Amino acid sequence: MRNIWVICRKELSSYFVSPVAYVLLALYAVIFGLFFWLFLQRFIVVGMEMQMRGQSYPMNINEDLIRPLLSNMGVVGLFFIPMITMRLFAEEKKTGTIELLATSPVSDLEIIVGKWLAALLLFCSLMFMTMLDMAFIFKYGRPDWKPLLIGYLGLLLQAGAMLAIGTFISTLTKNQIIAGISTFCVLLALWIIEWPSEFESAMWAKVLSYLSIVNHVESFSRGVLDSKDAIFYLSVIFLGLFFTARSMESLRWRS
Amino acid sequence: MITVKNLTKRYARTVAVDEISFDVAQGQIVGFLGPNGAGKTTTMRMLTCFLPPSSGTATVAGFDVLEQPLEVKKRIGYLPETPPIYPEMETTEYLEFVGKLKGLSGSDLQKRVAYVCERCAVADVKSKLLGKLSKGYRQRVGLAQAIIHNPDVLILDEPTAGLDPKQINETRDLIKSLAGDHTIILSTHILPEVEQTCEQVIIINKGRLVATDSVRNLQARARGAESVLVEIAGRTGDIEASIVQHKLEQVSGVSRVLVKQQIDGRGIFEVESQKGKLVRGDLARAIVESGWNLNELRPAAMSLEEIFLQLTQSEATAKAEDTDEQEIAAVKEPQA
Repeated sequence: MRNIWVICRKELSSYFVSPVAYVLLALYAVIFGLFFWLFLQRFIVVGMEMQMRGQSYPMNINEDLIRPLLSNMGVVGLFFIPMITMRLFAEEKKTGTIELLATSPVSDLEIIVGKWLAALLLFCSLMFMTMLDMAFIFKYGRPDWKPLLIGYLGLLLQAGAMLAIGTFISTLTKNQIIAGISTFCVLLALWIIEWPSEFESAMWAKVLSYLSIVNHVESFSRGVLDSKDAIFYLSVIFLGLFFTARSMESLRWRS
Repeated sequence: MITVKNLTKRYARTVAVDEISFDVAQGQIVGFLGPNGAGKTTTMRMLTCFLPPSSGTATVAGFDVLEQPLEVKKRIGYLPETPPIYPEMETTEYLEFVGKLKGLSGSDLQKRVAYVCERCAVADVKSKLLGKLSKGYRQRVGLAQAIIHNPDVLILDEPTAGLDPKQINETRDLIKSLAGDHTIILSTHILPEVEQTCEQVIIINKGRLVATDSVRNLQARARGAESVLVEIAGRTGDIEASIVQHKLEQVSGVSRVLVKQQIDGRGIFEVESQKGKLVRGDLARAIVESGWNLNELRPAAMSLEEIFLQLTQSEATAKAEDTDEQEIAAVKEPQA
């Protein structure tokens, strides 16, 4: 447990001594801000139109602003995750520092979980940047905070799953760029995998739709804590880290 | 401290390390010698649990590298060929990180960090970024990292590679000074380094063990006979090399005299004698009594370099002879 924390601290500090973390934080804040502004504008326009027509369709800030915002941020995560995970193992393999980790009295699993946890904490700090925008909603409106919290939890779980996949891919190569691009492609594939099944109801369509990594965040952003979706993400996390461990082991046998 | 038995590492097509066996006693410095690509690094990686052996066993401080890797890793300090440093870290930050990885904490950790900084002479770059350090400093930080948890065994892969002569000397002295507390294996392809720092040598070539012995024994073994270099000058005028040679050959115990060099009135001769016979006194007397000046007389110790070449080459010739014999046998067989 202590070793995990030692590795995690080291990873976090290397994110934050380099410009990587700050660039990601800034970009994430800008993109979230843009989305926030666009959805807020739409929310206001639709609200005003409703009033002008005299219809009293109940506008709900959770349902009509926060929900589309969060489910879109799930897709945005797709672009940020590869940039977070690509260096995790590729860089250590390139500089040879992996030899230091692998010959220290820490288990592979501790190294892997430590690195993944650091990536997850960096993602948490990205999400922290969105608090500012959320503060505006709380200042001028009265949204329900519980669905919002669940929405954030969903984003976090989704990020955890994508990070686990990225961590695994990072062990496969010495080259960060290759690790980053492959991770992006895999995540993209896991997102669009459900598209062909949109108008189908056959078994294969259901399977494909279930495999979509972005789909499962939908229920969270609605404010529903669905165990089915939580279990999906947790099992992807588990699987990703498991593959990482196997890959590290095979690294020893191969190299 | 270290026991290696029939250690083998096979890759898809090649055998990097082939059935190597050796022992290292506690507190020794052992030189791991071989040309590039001989399998030194692979062997070291197996000892440090970085690579699993294909077959055979290796134990460090009584723990098997495959069965109890964590126990082995706790007792080993390892400096790979390129020091495993994170360029974005500062020296102390890095040493603290490694210390924590190796299980140190609290005041213990601080004490060890201060100690290894002092010991490896990196105290003056304590708060510099590792990426900005010179090669010599990086190497020393690498060494500091290896000894931070005061391990029983130190494994150093070419610790002096890429350093300038002054740094090489400093590093060697540092390694020597560490020998008392630690058992050290260091690999190198630079032979004088072994002569200067190590007590014991393990020579491998193409993944196979060629010789393992103390430096002195190896030198004696390779020599077979004692040989002495003598420089002689005529007291009046030049000397006649053939006369000197003849004269020296008559000294009892001398088996062969070679003329090595002859320059303006002086001649250098190599005198070989049978093993175990000390001929130096008789030689000196014979020279002086013949009316020549004895300028120099010293034992011609064979350098490790020559031994190394002799050993690695003799293996090749032995193999060639083997095949010759087999061929002869093959020819003979039909007759029988």
